[in-house]
Amino acid sequence: MRDVAIVSTAQMTNVRREQRRNEVEMLMPVVQEAVKRSGIPKGDIGFTCSGSCDYLAGQPFAFVSALDAIGAWPPISESHVEMDGAWALYEAWVKIQTGQADSALVYSFGKSSMGDVPDVLNLQLDPYYLSPLGIDSISLAALQARAFLEKTQYTERDLAKVAVRSRKSAKDNPNAQLAGDFDLEKLLAEPYLVSPLRVHDCAPISDGAVAVVLAADDTARNACERPAWITGIDHRIEPHQPGVRDLSESPSTALAGAKAGVASGGIEVAELYAPFTHQELILRDALGLDASTSINPSGGALAANAIMVAGLTRIAEVANRIQWGSIGRGLAHATSGPCLQQNLVCVLEAK
Amino acid sequence: MSEAESELVQSITTPLRLEYQYTAGVASTRFLRGMADGKILGQRCPQCEKVYVPPRGSCARCGVATDLEVQVPGTGTITTFCVVRIPSDSLDIDPPFVAAHILLDGADIPFFALIQECHFDEVRMGMRVEAVWVDAEDLGPTFESIRYFRPIDEPDAPFESYKEHL
Ligand SMILES: [Zn+2]
Repeated sequence: MRDVAIVSTAQMTNVRREQRRNEVEMLMPVVQEAVKRSGIPKGDIGFTCSGSCDYLAGQPFAFVSALDAIGAWPPISESHVEMDGAWALYEAWVKIQTGQADSALVYSFGKSSMGDVPDVLNLQLDPYYLSPLGIDSISLAALQARAFLEKTQYTERDLAKVAVRSRKSAKDNPNAQLAGDFDLEKLLAEPYLVSPLRVHDCAPISDGAVAVVLAADDTARNACERPAWITGIDHRIEPHQPGVRDLSESPSTALAGAKAGVASGGIEVAELYAPFTHQELILRDALGLDASTSINPSGGALAANAIMVAGLTRIAEVANRIQWGSIGRGLAHATSGPCLQQNLVCVLEAK
Repeated sequence: MSEAESELVQSITTPLRLEYQYTAGVASTRFLRGMADGKILGQRCPQCEKVYVPPRGSCARCGVATDLEVQVPGTGTITTFCVVRIPSDSLDIDPPFVAAHILLDGADIPFFALIQECHFDEVRMGMRVEAVWVDAEDLGPTFESIRYFRPIDEPDAPFESYKEHL
């Protein structure tokens, strides 16, 4: 295996609705900043991979026009996943492992505000039996939250605590959208959005973009003082039909975590992509994280949830902390599909 | 087909409707506002100096913002064209008609437009044309502010002048 590290990252400050700029205009400064920080000349970057979803824009092949932000001339080696950018990073990592590239630019963008997110996410469901029922992403998450609360000792108060802690942590994150001090009792006095979930249990709708540069071996060592080495990365998926899964736990996260080597050392920081409060608790249990790990110091998806961006952002947040020298080992998690159907775990370390 | 097969459900209908609030973007907004004023606004790349009309805010070759605005005239050259013989519901025009790639004077990217006020047999590569706008009171922030292009009485542009824009 080649040693592969994240050498630079850049993010757009998440907003509820980007009124002026289109996706290309949002993405361009983020990509330029990540490439510049890497110190690797743009023409030397061996591979480019992006993650986005055309349903967010309602435009087929929207991801192709996003290449206008990159400058694909002379022609570049490029790929795209119709998924969160975390999976684009996985593809880039594989590409570097095969020896076909020594460095890669990975980016994702999501203008979630353009459509109705719960309805757009309905379209990822089985098109014969489930999608036509009109079930939206929040209702499905509420089904999962109910199953989780019934099966475990956790309560709605525990869910609200996740929201309070996340948005408090987000005060230190300049790229967060929803940050502040919230009163636990006041939150619990709010009406249900979809029982047992209240508004504070759900991630905001966000527009955002993120980019990271990966490099292997000496290319990484030359690019940056403290590269964030990817010492383990794995992703696992569960059945598409939520009815055949036990929604109260996340075996795919547990397996991906085991394969990525989470338990072979301490985890100082875990950035978990949990767009609903109860999902953070499910993920913590699946990964065996205890009080010694700081969870979502960035505020996580509850502070900013640009769809297709928030997973790669988790990886960038952990990588930043390693580059800053504030931690030595952390994990990032990304999810895709309804109710944590597919999960990616990435362990990052200083060396 | 056996009897059992004939009883298979062949298809189902699942109606679907999604609404989007589209953001044209900073560059396209400038261009569309220009259309409402009867002006054609492009943007120049600071690196390769190519002029994009309509602008998209970035140079697709260089990957940098094209933030230098330039106004170009409504005159240009047909770089390539086709004769359309298929009727279209979205066009209020009877076939055959000509759709052409037009390189406006001072621009580096051709765009599609209709050619009118001449027989389709007369259209040729290198032909000089000009924009015909809607009446002033009908101008709006839309590409439809230009109705079509028509020939102008000028000698054809030499092939060398547009060969890299084909
Ligand atoms: Zn350029």
